[in-house]
Amino acid sequence: MMSHLLSIITFLPLVGVLVILVAPATAKPVALLTTLADFALSLVLWANFDGHSAGFQFVEQATWLGHNITYHMGVDGISMLFIVLTAGLMPFCILASWKSIENRVPEYMIAFLVLATLMIGVFCALDLVLFYVFFEGQLIPMFLIIGVWGGKRRVYASFKFFLYTLLGSVLMLLAILAMYLQSGTTDIPTLLAHPTFSPAMQTWLWLAFFASFAVKMPMWPVHTWLPDAHVEAPTAGSVILAGILLKMGGYGFLRFSLPMFASASEYFTPLVFVLSVVAIIYTSLVALAQEDMKKLIAYSSVAHMGFVTMGIFSLTHQGIEGGIFQMLSHGVVSGALFLCVGVVYDRMHTREIAAYGGLVERMPMYAACFMIFTLANIGLPGTGGFVGEFLTMLGTFAVNNTVVIFAATGTILSAAYALYLYRRIIFGALVKPGLQAIQDLSLREIAILTPLVVLTIAMGVYPRPVMDVTSASVANLIQQYKTALATDHAPKLARANMPASAATQGAGP
Amino acid sequence: MTSLPHDLTVMMPELVMAGAGLLLLLVGVLQKNDRSMGMLSFLAIVAMAGSAFCVVMQPTDASAFGGAFVADGFAKFSKLLILLGAALTLIMSLGFFVREKIARFEFPVLVTFSVLGMMLMVSASSFLALYMGLELQSLALYVLAAFNRESVRSSEAGLKYFVLGALSSGLLLYGISLIYGFTGTTDFGHVAAVIRQSGAPIGLIFGLVFLIAGLAFKVAAVPFHMWTPDVYEGSPTPITAFFAMSPKIAAMALFLRAVIVPFPDAVHQWQQIIIVASVLSMLLGAFAAIGQTNIKRLMAYSSIGHMGYALLGLAAGTVAGVQGVLIYLVIYLVTNAGVFSCILAMKRNGQMVESIGDLAGLAREQPRLAMAFAFFMISLSGIPPFAGFFAKFYVFLPAIQAGLYVPAIIGVIASVIGAYYYWRIFKVMYFDDPLSPFDSDLGISLGSIIAASTAFTLLFIVAGAPLIAVAETAAKSLVP
Repeated sequence: MMSHLLSIITFLPLVGVLVILVAPATAKPVALLTTLADFALSLVLWANFDGHSAGFQFVEQATWLGHNITYHMGVDGISMLFIVLTAGLMPFCILASWKSIENRVPEYMIAFLVLATLMIGVFCALDLVLFYVFFEGQLIPMFLIIGVWGGKRRVYASFKFFLYTLLGSVLMLLAILAMYLQSGTTDIPTLLAHPTFSPAMQTWLWLAFFASFAVKMPMWPVHTWLPDAHVEAPTAGSVILAGILLKMGGYGFLRFSLPMFASASEYFTPLVFVLSVVAIIYTSLVALAQEDMKKLIAYSSVAHMGFVTMGIFSLTHQGIEGGIFQMLSHGVVSGALFLCVGVVYDRMHTREIAAYGGLVERMPMYAACFMIFTLANIGLPGTGGFVGEFLTMLGTFAVNNTVVIFAATGTILSAAYALYLYRRIIFGALVKPGLQAIQDLSLREIAILTPLVVLTIAMGVYPRPVMDVTSASVANLIQQYKTALATDHAPKLARANMPASAATQGAGP
Repeated sequence: MTSLPHDLTVMMPELVMAGAGLLLLLVGVLQKNDRSMGMLSFLAIVAMAGSAFCVVMQPTDASAFGGAFVADGFAKFSKLLILLGAALTLIMSLGFFVREKIARFEFPVLVTFSVLGMMLMVSASSFLALYMGLELQSLALYVLAAFNRESVRSSEAGLKYFVLGALSSGLLLYGISLIYGFTGTTDFGHVAAVIRQSGAPIGLIFGLVFLIAGLAFKVAAVPFHMWTPDVYEGSPTPITAFFAMSPKIAAMALFLRAVIVPFPDAVHQWQQIIIVASVLSMLLGAFAAIGQTNIKRLMAYSSIGHMGYALLGLAAGTVAGVQGVLIYLVIYLVTNAGVFSCILAMKRNGQMVESIGDLAGLAREQPRLAMAFAFFMISLSGIPPFAGFFAKFYVFLPAIQAGLYVPAIIGVIASVIGAYYYWRIFKVMYFDDPLSPFDSDLGISLGSIIAASTAFTLLFIVAGAPLIAVAETAAKSLVP
């Protein structure tokens, strides 16, 4: 079983889909059990993962389309914890939808289970075509989740999400084809070991991949689909969107852009830094002005992802590890924040901040949970949010301190918008008549939020288990990057060292 | 040198179809009874199965009639697809003609003769044989388009198709005469040899341009696409399905052979024309379909767009390019069979539903039908994990290989625009509220075609490798 563990984790949710197709009445319990089993298996995977090795583990390979396009799966330190995060968030999504989704429940659960398979597949795939299939296939269930079970402007939001993401990823498809033709294989480990692209070609490939990942991330200025999608999506859809889908951009930069197109990454680093800083400051300011709770959290996600791209492109050990940690902690924290919004939305059916106030009087437990997640969102030491932000800034400071000075203002702004949101919802006088009878957390909601509270604090106090997994692979990634960079620069250096006469001769026909 | 018995053996699949066509005509006339259509359709399907069997059993790379007729792997592959498309058409039309009270025994007869013409087309290795096959299929198709003679729109469709089709045949024939005049031969191989020896004179290039214009009309590539939307909309739905399947495949296969085999040394001359036609078709297919409200018209623009993608593979002109086109045609055929079966299956109070807005809420009324329809739409838009993604994958691959970066980039952008209207149907079925109930009797013939197409669309990702390999073998037999 161990040798096929990754395939089992990836495709187990599809077994749940088959069961639901046969017996639609059992949709909820079947979906919950399937996702819980999947989560348990992902923990088994983590327990058996060797953190000292930088190579790919649990590798599976089988023939697929022929001509060096194979079914190739495996994990390393970079992808390992994303699989756990994905599998771990799924049961929360199912639980969060237990009461709030009333119509077309079997279809809803099927959409989520299919989405789970595709998301886990993205992090496991070690073949470019396989990766692309998983990456783009997600559009279908997510389009349905936003469009069928979403809010008033759901059609607009779902098409915007779909078209933005698709336009980004078709360009990546062309780049994948070009890479295949250039190197004769789509095998990711082979391409990582022998990146063979000329610097000029790298520039184009990098831009094509960037188009896809920047939209997914999302980076300023292609982030505008995100607030719309978040606002219209049902709670669980927002959790998946913020918790996992956004992480695929960062994962893609780490897996493809840096090691495969090293000199292009070096060339474009200033661009990424600028876009990251703009994202951090601009979207934080935009978040301050929001009237809708989900929109505010959505903009804060864009700002937090700015730290991730900044950390990744610092190309230092701390920066990259911080970026990964930030993605994981943001997956937990933003997911939890959306769940918190869902709690009051299920009761009052509005997400307008002005409709709330003084909730602490009626919902003390809710106020406490919400506070912890708010503080984690700000990046307070002792919470998961702090470690990632701190490490990305530390790593980037070693490379470019101007960028960090700007980025650091983002942490102040994040405190401003997060605390402002908290004050308006939780504190103040309880004057709204509709809020008088509001109930505190139910048992189901406590069961959802408690593990997330524990996890948020645990990640802040003891981040070591995460670092143990990622450290070797990050070191290896930086090594690969530096080797590739040296190879790319070698011909240039050789030309520079040549005597002038030889150089002119060489430039002849 | 070949003997007559040998020549006839090589042509066995075509002889089966010709014999079957005559026999069906005879039986139909003697019956004098319009209800005989069902029986004749059944007999035609049996004949097609027999012909397909002969195709499979044939020795590869045989040729007959002094090389004017070849039965290589490429021709066999195309013939099987043509026969499959025609058989599916006959199966899906069984209930329709009776219900619409236009059942006439000529329908299976005309389909059989047009299939015979198509099979001759894809095997033709000389311009004269090509023209004979093309005219045989075209004449049968003109009549089919006007099959519902009580309907003005159907008659209009037939007339339009005839007038424009005759024009394009004229262009084609003029091109052929120029090619003959400047090379002194109509045989594909000899034309290639002449060009290799003494280059391509300007008159020959003129002939080539006219030839391509005529062929582009048959595959409905921009700017020779004008007839498609009207013919698609006006013809009875099963005949529209037929137009979308077999003739498109035959014309595309003919296109491939008629430019690749005789003109390998004039690649730069024909490549530019095909790139332009391909890019324009992709863009027109994407933009013009957005405003459509009739689903058959939408499928017409969709087919124009899809032929644009297939032409991109031809523009590459390599083995991989031809392989890509063949894979594209298989997936296109199966998906279209599914889509048109779905369209035929959607009825309200016995009336056909053809407007896109009428599909609202289908997902709640008939979840399984809606799911199949949604799969086809997503597949047509080229999104993985469905078969349509691999179709696009295998035509973009040779295009990039041949350095056609700009057409490829335009192609993917057009596919994003195209995705909008395919997904709009998906949206109408799943997001919108139902208007009034649909009839729920699917019928066993439509149901099984839909189920089979869905299975193909869904499972291509795991079981597509053999098909990809077969297409490669077929492509190698065409491209030297």
